[in-house]
Amino acid sequence: MDFSVLLGDIPTLLAVVLGVPAVLVAYIVGGEFLVRRLPDKNRPQVRPWIWVGPALLLVTGFLLLPAIATIIQSFETNTGAFIGLQNYANQLADFPSGGAWIAIRNNVIIWLVFYTLFTLAFGLVLAVLFDRVPYETVVKSLIFMPMAISSVALGVIWKFMYSYQPVGAPQTGTMNAVVTFFHHDPVAWLQDQWPNGLGILNNLALVGAATWGITGFAMVILSAALKGIPGELLEAARVDGAGEITIFRRVIFPLMMPTIVVVGTTLVIFALKAFDVVYVMTNGNYGTDVLAFRMYNYLYLSHNNAAASSVAVILLIAVVPVLIFNLRQFRAVEARR
Amino acid sequence: MRISTHIRALCVALGAIFTVAACGGGGSTSAGTVHVIAVWSGAEQASFMAVVKPFEDQTGIKVSYESTRDEDAILTSRVAAGNPPDLAAAPSPQLLSQFAKQGKVIALNDAVDMTALQASTAKSWITLGEPLNDGKLYQIFAWAAVKGLIWYSPKNFQAKGYSVPTSFDQLTNLQSQIKGGGTTPWCVTVESGAASGWPASDWLKEIVLSQAGPDVYDKWVAGTQKWTSPEIKQAWQTFGQILGPNDSNTYGGKQYILATNFGDVGNPMFQNPPKCYMLNQASFITTFFTSANPSLQAGTDFNFFPIPDINTQFSGAHVVAGDSFSMFKDTPQARKLIQYLTTAQAQDIWVKRGGKLAVNKDVALTDYPDVLSKESAQIIVNTQIAKYDATDNMPADMRTAAWKGLLDFISDQGKLDSILANLDKVQATAYHS
Repeated sequence: MDFSVLLGDIPTLLAVVLGVPAVLVAYIVGGEFLVRRLPDKNRPQVRPWIWVGPALLLVTGFLLLPAIATIIQSFETNTGAFIGLQNYANQLADFPSGGAWIAIRNNVIIWLVFYTLFTLAFGLVLAVLFDRVPYETVVKSLIFMPMAISSVALGVIWKFMYSYQPVGAPQTGTMNAVVTFFHHDPVAWLQDQWPNGLGILNNLALVGAATWGITGFAMVILSAALKGIPGELLEAARVDGAGEITIFRRVIFPLMMPTIVVVGTTLVIFALKAFDVVYVMTNGNYGTDVLAFRMYNYLYLSHNNAAASSVAVILLIAVVPVLIFNLRQFRAVEARR
Repeated sequence: MRISTHIRALCVALGAIFTVAACGGGGSTSAGTVHVIAVWSGAEQASFMAVVKPFEDQTGIKVSYESTRDEDAILTSRVAAGNPPDLAAAPSPQLLSQFAKQGKVIALNDAVDMTALQASTAKSWITLGEPLNDGKLYQIFAWAAVKGLIWYSPKNFQAKGYSVPTSFDQLTNLQSQIKGGGTTPWCVTVESGAASGWPASDWLKEIVLSQAGPDVYDKWVAGTQKWTSPEIKQAWQTFGQILGPNDSNTYGGKQYILATNFGDVGNPMFQNPPKCYMLNQASFITTFFTSANPSLQAGTDFNFFPIPDINTQFSGAHVVAGDSFSMFKDTPQARKLIQYLTTAQAQDIWVKRGGKLAVNKDVALTDYPDVLSKESAQIIVNTQIAKYDATDNMPADMRTAAWKGLLDFISDQGKLDSILANLDKVQATAYHS
């Protein structure tokens, strides 16, 4: 690596390495100094704000203000003239195939439902099954491993898995090798908009690739929740004559429910902001567009910041209810502990 | 005191590090650096570095090169952040023209030797570098490629007794003759990441230019010729005849066309027996032929003929494309490099390494590494009607919509009318943003 650029500007380097910690220390020491000057009863009211202040400032500057600016921009043309809801009207025009409708369908139906369900189902089944085998740590590590792969690399790997060659030619993709082994014609997984151009097949192919990458995450958290269930409860159920399946349905599952809900809502947020897998594998072609990718295209391809803002706001509106639900649920789980 | 001793030791250590670093870093950067962003990676990157090597040796200026496959996004965000590269090279002039419109690139009129440039470069290349029509040059072209070449294997043609067509009717006859022999005539593949669909647009541009002529072509690029107009619609239909009903003239059909990368287009043609006999691609495709099949020889294993004239009224018309450079930061080093890139000396280096044609007329034809690149270079020199790549010159929205439209057309040719109607809608807004 070339460090000459970094070392070429010594004053900046010094300011960053020494100045930033110095300012932080001065802020805290100064803040505490001022708090101590206050009467005793006021101290508990003021002190938290001193400590949380820097974080609040950063969140305001880098999240809140840009979000407000985005919302304002979504009501303007690209040159800054106010046009009301026109940007949103453009995005919601020509139902069902125009505007952003295909992206909305893919995000809130295919990705949200199937990505979340597949991941939860696989994660739960794997967590429960591996709980009963002696080599649990090894297999769990293996399932968790795809989490360490970046989504872009994941997309490239699965593009190879889905690779298509015409009938008769040797199949180089794993999926088509399997399919042709059972004497079915090879399938163009990422291009085939089966059935009837609805694009269920190729969108599910993308969801499948993403699921492979995230299942380990769901499994590990669910597994931890499973370990938290007291052994006496299970024993009591067994003594009462419950079978293993009944125990899972009536004891384990209800006790894990809060954790499942938290993991599920987190996955829903992941599904709504799906981008990298789509970008790498199909580039939004063949009816696989998603909202985040649509926003990206407006921003960098069309240089149309206003339209990009309106897509961002649509995405935000879709995420906010899930976000609130997730926070509440999270608090409920914490409160129960 | 213990603490103060520690702090003093730390200060001494830091001081020592910075002194060493300052002395170490100072020497090599005295002549400065030029930061360049472009899309070339791998073999192409090696060729570009070979081009700038003599420049580095002569001037002592270091060229720091960064490669990206998503140049639109990288450049846009870096320009917006006020941190652009010194120079950027783009495979389509539209992106750099966009920055020229926003006033983000620097006019080159006093950075390059204009008299020398006008003497050594065809007028049309210079005009392309003046997108604002204000007499200011915002980009210079260094290398070019000829589009719309039909590649075939002379060995395969000989084995079957096929002859190279000289008219469009002969081409369609040859197409049915090959199909009659039980093989698909064409290889078409259009997958190319964010740019998927562009290889099909090469067909369309060539057909529009040769069938409807340069005036319609220019209006089409400028956004004043509707996609639903009879001329453009007829071009799509002609492309549909090449693909055949349900894409039956192409190896592997629509699924294979959409799923396969454009670089792999030639592989089935070189199989034994061949799966297809012809393909349409620009002059650079030879690099992909020989890297996949190193034993292939230019001229004997593969050769090309230009797409025959569809309408003889516009004979000798060709679509060309090129790599252009713009300057984002006005530094003496960047000025020197951009001037160097206009010279025959610089362009010649990549020409000799293969894959590119020089824009500078002073590059000798004898410097082209093989007979085919020499022939394509002659096409650039001799073409009567040279038109720049249409889709690359349209606004980015229009270009992407056209590529997507072609993907839809390949999936289902029956949707032509709705595809064109949609492109008209995009055309109505894309040119005003």
